[in-house]
Amino acid sequence: MSGMTGIVKTVAEWIKGFILFYGVYIVLQGHLTPGGGFAGGVIIACSFIMMELAFGKQRAEKELSEHGSHLLDEFGAIAILLLGLWGYFLPQMPFFSNVLLEYWPGSPFHIISAGSIPLINLAIGIKVGTGLYTIFVSLAEYKPELQEKEE
Amino acid sequence: MMVEIAIFFLLIFMIIGMLFVLEIENLLSAVVMMGAIGFGLSVIFLLLGAPDLAIVQIAVEVISVVILIRATIHRDIKERADESLSNISSIPLLVCIFFFFLMIYPALRLLPTFGEPVFLNFYSSSVYYLRDGFHLTGAPNIVSAIILDFRAYDTLGEAIVLFTSVIGALSILRYRNRKKEHNAS
Amino acid sequence: MIYTLCIILFLLGLYGVLVKRNIIKIIISLAMMNNAVNLFLILLAYRSNGVAPILDPGMDPSILLETSVDPLPQALVLTSVVIGLGVTALMVALAIRLYHAYGTFDITKIRKLKG
Repeated sequence: MSGMTGIVKTVAEWIKGFILFYGVYIVLQGHLTPGGGFAGGVIIACSFIMMELAFGKQRAEKELSEHGSHLLDEFGAIAILLLGLWGYFLPQMPFFSNVLLEYWPGSPFHIISAGSIPLINLAIGIKVGTGLYTIFVSLAEYKPELQEKEE
Repeated sequence: MMVEIAIFFLLIFMIIGMLFVLEIENLLSAVVMMGAIGFGLSVIFLLLGAPDLAIVQIAVEVISVVILIRATIHRDIKERADESLSNISSIPLLVCIFFFFLMIYPALRLLPTFGEPVFLNFYSSSVYYLRDGFHLTGAPNIVSAIILDFRAYDTLGEAIVLFTSVIGALSILRYRNRKKEHNAS
Repeated sequence: MIYTLCIILFLLGLYGVLVKRNIIKIIISLAMMNNAVNLFLILLAYRSNGVAPILDPGMDPSILLETSVDPLPQALVLTSVVIGLGVTALMVALAIRLYHAYGTFDITKIRKLKG
């Protein structure tokens, strides 16, 4: 996959930031409006997949390398777990309790509110987006013919 | 009532699309038709009062169509895809379908009428979430409050399942590559 | 009536899984069964003229109990949709491996080659 025509490349170059920004917006507003970590993560993955399809492997590696996306995937999973364990280590608190809500409640209907819900949303968004992108990159770069010839 | 009629026609569209998917010869057309079915499902979710699900469904359908096209393109298009595993004649199939619906008819009658709130008839957790969710979490989106506060353990399990599927896909596709590196080193 | 159509959609997916020979069609049929089950859960959650369970600024929170649809199946299905995408991607990865090992998507030929 060496990339597509110049028209597709130009359009992809123009709209990649908008798609990524829309995904981040949906993740951050997840506790106020429809959306959340799952929807926003899939849209973030869409923006990187579009770059991979339009430009090919070398340019997509520059945006987000495969190793980096795998690391971010693991970071998202561990961040969800740590946010759950945060409440577990405090006294009188169950697993996944909303600790931040008691110390820093914020005002309702603003972005900084609802305690740790936006943080878990962000972790899920990172996890889902980079996980799907990792699967897609490994599917798109699978070239068994070359490997069999080398063997 | 309008919602019910709209959902009825969209479901008919989805069933016709599924028949096309099952019987069409070209694999690429089948994949594109699957995308159309998914968008119909997204509209149904929007009509049923679930905008979160509609957004997720659209994005998921786009990515799954892209992945399936990546899998099918340049491969196997010439092979006839419509041959079934065994030649099932239509009359026994129709008899089977008739008896199936005859036997599940009592179960269908036990289902609640469409549009009746089943969750209010007894003390369910949905009532608790709807009544106290905003006060307890401060999040106006009750669905978000449920998946990230009341039932965050489910979300952790979902993250683990997705992580496992990523690891599985990577290990399936990288097996030969890794073995070669091991031999080289 | 709508429940019956949803069950028919599920049965069409089951028919595709059982009868079709092409792996890509089996994957599409499994995704359709997933969609049908999700749709059935959301259909059970609906209330006539119900609104989405999301508050606007200035709305009384107690009004949700009288006008909103059931939020719990939505929360369960929301994770299920994304898991379905992960499962589809895993199956596509398996299908590509099988294609490059045997040169076909036809499961009967794969069985014959395996012996």
